[in-house]
Amino acid sequence: MMDKQPETGGAYQHIVRAEGISLSYGKIRALQGIDLAIGRNEIVGLIGDNGAGKSTLIKVLTGVVRPTSGKLYIRDKPVDWTHYSVREAHRLRFETVYQEKSLGEKQPLWRNIFVGRQITNRFGFIKVAEERRIANDLLKNQLGFRGVGIDADSTISKLSGGERQGIAIGRAMHFDSDLIILDEPTVALAISEVRKVLDFVRSIKASGRACIYIEHNLAHVHALADRLIVLDRGRIVADIKSGEMTLEELTKFLIDLQQSGHAVGVG
Amino acid sequence: MSTHLPASPARRPTRRLPLAQIEGLPIILVFLVLVGLFIVTAPQVFLHWPIYLSFLTTVPPMLVLAIGLTLVVAAGEIDLSFPSTLAFSGFLFSVCESSLGNPWLGVIAALAGGALIGLVNGLLVACIGVPSIIVTIGTQFFWAGTASILSGGQSNALQELDGSVVYTVFAGNLFGFLPMQSLWALGLAVFMWFILNRHRFGEHILFIGDSRHVARVAGINVMRETVKLFVLMGVLGGFAAVLLTLENLNYFSTQGQGYLLPALAGVFIGGTSVFGGTATIVGTFFGTFIIGMLEAGIVATGIAGFWVQAIEGVVFVAAVTLHLLMESPGKLKQLRALAGLGGRP
Repeated sequence: MMDKQPETGGAYQHIVRAEGISLSYGKIRALQGIDLAIGRNEIVGLIGDNGAGKSTLIKVLTGVVRPTSGKLYIRDKPVDWTHYSVREAHRLRFETVYQEKSLGEKQPLWRNIFVGRQITNRFGFIKVAEERRIANDLLKNQLGFRGVGIDADSTISKLSGGERQGIAIGRAMHFDSDLIILDEPTVALAISEVRKVLDFVRSIKASGRACIYIEHNLAHVHALADRLIVLDRGRIVADIKSGEMTLEELTKFLIDLQQSGHAVGVG
Repeated sequence: MSTHLPASPARRPTRRLPLAQIEGLPIILVFLVLVGLFIVTAPQVFLHWPIYLSFLTTVPPMLVLAIGLTLVVAAGEIDLSFPSTLAFSGFLFSVCESSLGNPWLGVIAALAGGALIGLVNGLLVACIGVPSIIVTIGTQFFWAGTASILSGGQSNALQELDGSVVYTVFAGNLFGFLPMQSLWALGLAVFMWFILNRHRFGEHILFIGDSRHVARVAGINVMRETVKLFVLMGVLGGFAAVLLTLENLNYFSTQGQGYLLPALAGVFIGGTSVFGGTATIVGTFFGTFIIGMLEAGIVATGIAGFWVQAIEGVVFVAAVTLHLLMESPGKLKQLRALAGLGGRP
């Protein structure tokens, strides 16, 4: 357990590394011996069928649930499970962006970026000019919201689904998260919106952070990730570096996997 | 990949006019039109100062309540118990004066009594999760009843306070003509504008009103902020009770009656969203003055007094409908299409 706030620029190889993580819910073995390491500026796509263990793995990494066994290292230092929690994960600069319902619809953008972590004077009054300025800077320079008629004063209800994901990602980047976890950010979005989200994910990479990207759609994640990790029934069954497999090969691999799974299930 | 997002044609960077950014502008215009209308129809009354000075003594208690309600409604809650705060806190004030001879202790007791009412409301709403409309209907009955029991239903004349310091501070006339309660109400309105729009607490209220779930995800302690909100409303109710009791120099156990609907009407006429998440103190300010002015204005124009409520009702429904339509342009489009005014063919 680290006592001090970790330095962003500190020397570490992996932002997070798991060793032999297993988790059982009664008889159901949700995770079985997961070994996984995420580099400090790596975008890792996490794919797999429903119930493969993607969400469970994320929950373990972000302190929502504790595994039955296994070790976790954050910035190469071992984590003490008894002290690991969601709050601790936040303190260690892990941020999860959920698919929806993380923005106040009727509120202006600048409030949404800072809510819960406002810049205030000592009487609790918000320094609005400063929050606006930072929000505009974030929009223009980090997220590429140029010439789309959006500024810090736009209300969220005027934004498209993809732009909303962008704001949530931008918020995580502003608060200096070193690892941003995206839980299916493109679900229920139109194609043009998906493209925006993928651009935002690239901006995570460009800003030097790491990202775990859970995705159903293989095409999205294949084009984007440095590495793809395939989960199947609680195990990692493939760890594919970018360029090792074409989308077609990957698709075939997953279909075969599914069929072999059923064969095993029957047999 | 381009770093620029494709511009969607539906939303153009239509530069808003600087004028349109003034908070509560529509309701300010309605207010001015109404004053103009009264000046034309009843010049003998509305071209002279006394009527306006009289508004400055009658409206402030209602305004103090409406300002508190604006924050409550912004959080997506409602408080219907404030008329009983006027009674209960008014009783505490009067009893401190008549039994202990200490009106300043009375002011503190009135504020504390209001805080207690608010605390009970807040705990029931935030911690147990009873809808605020239900809780505050119940507590309205309870505290109004308690005030009646404690005072034995008797009124309590406080004539001895006339000219005292406490009277001068809260209900006297500055420079011999400007009612002090109007300055208190104005100061409070400005202060609460800053709390709502510039303070962390106000932002939390707006997010809670927007969506409880989002507020929680953003790290807002929804329970604590909701309790604080109701306590604030209670304290403001207690303050309104002090202003009202001192202005009348009399306490009577039914003194809160007649404030419920006008104060709420002031908030909604002002443009605060019925659904929570947005609120305007400026709107409430002018909305409350509109409500406070209507009665005297209508009577002064020579229309028989029994028209007053009907006209108030029309103004209220029209204002709220208009605000709703402005809030969601989609509905406005539907309406236009319905009226055949260049909607869909």
